[in-house]
Formats: sequence, structure tokens, C-alpha cells
Amino acid sequence: MATDAPPPEASTDAPPAQPDTEAFVAMQESGEFGELRRAYRSFAFPLTIAFVLWYLLYVLLSNYAGGFMGTKVYSNINVAFVFGLAQFVTTFLIAWFYSRHAAAELDPKAEAIKSRMEADA
Amino acid sequence: MSAAYHSHTAVQLAATSSTTEHRPLIITLFAVFVAATLGITVWAGRQTRSASDFYAGGRQFTAFQNGLAVSGDYMSAASFLGIAGAIALFGYDGFLYSIGFLVAWLVALLLVAEPLRNSGRYTMGDVLAYRMRQRPVRTASGVSTIIVSIFYLLAQMAGAGVLVSLLLGITSDAGKILIVALVGVLMIVYVTIGGMKGTTWVQMVKAVLLIAGALLMTFLVLLKFDFNISDLLGTAAEKSGHGAAFLEPGLKYGATGTSKLDFLSLGIALVLGTAGLPHILIRFYTVPTAKAARKSVNWAIGIIGAFYLMTIALGFGAAALIGPDEIKAKNPAGNAAAPQLAEYLGGVGTTGGAVLLAVISAVAFATILAVVAGLTLASSSSFAHDIYANVIRKGKATEKEEMRAARWATVLIGAVAIVLGAFARDMNVAGLVALAFAVAASANLPTILYSLFWKRFTTQGALWSIYGGLASSVILVLFSPVVSGNPKTSMFKGVDFAWFPLENPGLISIPLGFLLGWVGSLLSKEEPDKGKYAELEVKSLTGVGAH
Repeated sequence: MATDAPPPEASTDAPPAQPDTEAFVAMQESGEFGELRRAYRSFAFPLTIAFVLWYLLYVLLSNYAGGFMGTKVYSNINVAFVFGLAQFVTTFLIAWFYSRHAAAELDPKAEAIKSRMEADA
Repeated sequence: MSAAYHSHTAVQLAATSSTTEHRPLIITLFAVFVAATLGITVWAGRQTRSASDFYAGGRQFTAFQNGLAVSGDYMSAASFLGIAGAIALFGYDGFLYSIGFLVAWLVALLLVAEPLRNSGRYTMGDVLAYRMRQRPVRTASGVSTIIVSIFYLLAQMAGAGVLVSLLLGITSDAGKILIVALVGVLMIVYVTIGGMKGTTWVQMVKAVLLIAGALLMTFLVLLKFDFNISDLLGTAAEKSGHGAAFLEPGLKYGATGTSKLDFLSLGIALVLGTAGLPHILIRFYTVPTAKAARKSVNWAIGIIGAFYLMTIALGFGAAALIGPDEIKAKNPAGNAAAPQLAEYLGGVGTTGGAVLLAVISAVAFATILAVVAGLTLASSSSFAHDIYANVIRKGKATEKEEMRAARWATVLIGAVAIVLGAFARDMNVAGLVALAFAVAASANLPTILYSLFWKRFTTQGALWSIYGGLASSVILVLFSPVVSGNPKTSMFKGVDFAWFPLENPGLISIPLGFLLGWVGSLLSKEEPDKGKYAELEVKSLTGVGAH
């Protein structure tokens, strides 16, 4: 557990008992781990591609669609400015969205595997 | 034209006299910060006994503490001085930095932070070398860590030089070099005595100071415009002399097809660089679990995002209230815009102005010192843990010997930074940091991602990717206008050996890094180690057996 005040003694960095390689290979090939891998990858990978493309769209529009980006939306606020702020908003939203997914779908699966493998080691 | 010239000279004279008058105040504030952080360092040093304390702060920081420290490590002189200056001079094009630097955190959050925390111990090399032949991959990882960190250090040293000449009126080369040397000595002290624990606390203090300083200035800028952002932008556009174009993309990068490619190259480097920066990656080891690492990235995204939103007010505020002529007169790359704005907001020539200038400059100085300490720690950790302990001593060094090597490496890297710092004075610090991002994205990110997610990745693939990405990005920079050929902004003025047209190499070197990792693996004679990959993959997603 995390504590705000570090204990006075030097911390030891001894990791928990390590399972052997066969145990890891067996786990990697198990359906349970496959499920965790799928739950992680099928969420994180498409989302990464999506935000990188969305960001590249912004960079490319800035470069090659100056007229459109310069269109005034309200007084001195133009499309470019709105686009820039939208990047901030989507970044905050994606971070929140991923963390919610991780807490609900990934953490319980990961913890189950971790506690069992460390107990068996 | 001549009236503008005279008023500008008058303001400069006023600024100089107030600077001289209030020099004791500025020096006092600097001294208070230095004394406070040295106190923290000594306190942290007393609790630093094991290698885990030195490298990873004992892994006892909370997610919020580490989130603050990550923000502190990330919001460098580039963010504060560089972006404010870039927006003040180039308007909207400067804003790209803020956006890219922030969006980049999603790569770290979604793909890197948690797996790294789960499967590594002290350095980036722990993860890169996990499935591979240890010695060659650890060497490559150490070399890459040190080179990326030195690029980043260069930017911080350039920022330090600017601040000092602005604040203390020191214009002689000897004086500037003396200050750069002082920064170097301080960072050596922070890192050798305080290790990761001391450095983390220094980052936290600095992050709080920086956010507070930026909030205060943002508030004062907005107050001048009755909290009407459109008004602020309009005045900035008018004062810039560019009109509406100042608020549109293209002022800095829109001139030619080449400069547009430069913009694209910069954009890619910014978004892919963060997750390959060693001094950021080792921060994830300071918390107890991967879940805490995730939470600390979320905190960092919130804090950093808020800060970059404020750069809009700082940059456009400097353009609107100071104007490009005076900003360029102080520093051609705009690095002095933020402190100039602080003085203006407090009232030029008044005590208020001097106090605000001193406070904001002390904040910027704190920013530089803290980031420099973080960078030095990352390089010396990697030298001691990857190169010394695992390559030179083949894993037989004791913890004591490893920590001694780390401390000596710190002294050496500090010395290198001091020497290089003297060369980078007139370059925009945001541009310099962008180079570090390009090198990190080319050399480190492909190997990190392949190691974690691609089962056919091999030692040869890792080496091709790291050395190929590293060499291509560094060579392209060496022969770019950043180093020579531009009489105003190049590192070496008056010579021209540039043949690569772009200032940022990312567009070429990042795809090359990915490509080399893939081709190198496919062509390799050796089979990937399936057992090791099973260990790494299961550990990285679950934290089984994590330190």
C-alpha cells in the first residue's frame, strides 16, 4: 500500500515469489489470459489509432486547409482555435474513458491471475 | 518606425534599470528556492539506502504525488518559456506545441505506463532487454537514454542562459557560463545526494510553483481584457502586425511546401515522443502498482492540460501586451516573453513589476533545475544499471557498487551538460526539446511497443530499431538548419553544411525506426525466445511477480 510518509527503514525491493517459465507459458496460452489480452488490446489499440488519426487530421488541416481553419466562428475565434481546444477535450475524455474501462474490465481479471500465480509459485 | 524604435528603447532602459535595482530581490528568491530544495535533498538523501530508493524512490509515492512529479518533470523550460515565446511570435503555430505535448500522454497512458511498471524494475532497459540478449540491448538502451537526455538538457541550459541574462543583466559570456555551471553543479548535488526520492520531491515543489505562477499570470492577463478571450486574441493579432493571419495556422510553417512538411514532422515527433522519454518512463517505477501508475498519468494529464491551456493566455497575452519587437529585442527566439509579460503585468519600472518578474523568473529557474535533475537521474541510472551493472560487470556488481557508479555518472553527465549549455543560447527552447522528442520517438518508442506487443520481435530487430532510429534522427539534425546554414537561429552561425531541409527529423526517422525493428526481426537468424515473451506478456498485463 502507498503511504504518504516513507518509513524510516530503507525499503527492501524483494519481489514476490516468481513463478517459473512453464507457468508463464501455460498462463499465456490459457483462455483466461486470452480473454484479458483481448479485453485490453481490442480497447487500447483501436482507440490509439483513432486519436492519432484525429490528431493527424488536425495537423494536416492546419497545414493544407488554411482557409477553412481561418474561418471565423465567433468574433476572433476561428475554426483552428476550436479544433485546438477540441484536441484538449478529446484527450481528457479518452483518458477518462480508458481508465473506466481498465477499472471495470481489466483490473479484476489481472488481479485474479496475479494472486493465483503468486500463490502457486 | 523611428517613434516605435524610441519607445522600445525607452522601455528597455526602464526594464534594465528596474532589473538592476531589484537584483537583490531576484537573487534572494533564487537563493530561497535553492536552499529549500537542497534541504529536501539532504532529507531525502538520509532515507536513500538501497538501490530501490536511489532509482525508484522506494516505490512509495502515491499516484497524486507522482502525477505532480511527472508534470514537474514534463513541463520544462520548453513549456513555459519556449511555448509562450513561440505563441507570442508566431501566434497559432506556437500553439501546436501545447496540443502535441498533451495528446502525446495518451500513448503513454494506453500503451506504455502500466506494462512498463509491471515488467521493469529501474530503467527503460529493463523492459527492452527482458526478452533479448541482455548485453547488446542494454547497451543500446543506455546509449539511447543518454543521448535523448542530453538533447533535452541542452534545451534546459539554453533556457537558463536566457533567464540569467534577462534577470541579472549579465551579458558577458563568462557570466553566462558561470551561471550554467552553477545549474550543473546544483543538479549534480540534487541527484547524487537525493536520488529519485529527493528529485521527486523537488519536482512536486516545482510543479506547484509553476502552476501557481501560470495561474496568476493568466488571471492578470485575462483581467486586462475583462475576461474576453476574443478581445485578447484580436489585440494580439493587431499588435503582431500580421492581422488575422496571426490566429491562423501557417505563420511559421505555412510559407513553403518544405516548411509545411516541417510542421507535420514536428507534429508527429511531439505526439510519439513522450512515451519514449526515459526520464518520464522511470517515474512510473516510483509508485507501488500499475494501477497507481495509470492514476498518476491521469493526474498528469489533468495538470499538464490545464497548464497548456494557460499558455494560450501567456503567449497571446505577451503578443498583445508586449509586442513582437520588444520580445525579439530581448531574445530573438522569444524565450524571454514570459518573464517580460510578468514584468509588464506587475507594472514596468515599479516595485510590483520587479516583484512579479522576480517571482516568475524564480519559478522558471526552479523549472529548469528540476527538469535538469530528472534528466540527469535518468541518464545516470541507465548508465549504472544497464551499462555498468549488466554489461560491464555482467550482473555481478553489488548494490553499493552500482549506486557508486550512478553517482560518478551523474558528475560526468553534469559536466557534459555544462559544456554543451554554452552553445545553445539563441535557440528557441521549445524547438530544441522537440528534437529530443523526435529522437525518443525514433529510437525508443518502436522498441518499447514491439517488445511488449509483438511476439516475433528479436534482439536484432531491437538493435536495428534503436541504433537506426537514433543514428538517423541525430544525423538528420546535424545536417539540418538547426545546426548550420541559418544565420539567425543555427547553433553554429556563419557556416553552412546543412543538406536536410527540415528542422525536425521525425517525419523520416520515426517511420525508419519502426521499419528497421520489423525488418531486423524478420531477417534475424535467431528465433524469438518464446518463454521470455510469455513471461513479459503475462507480467506486463497482470503484474505477476512485479517489484
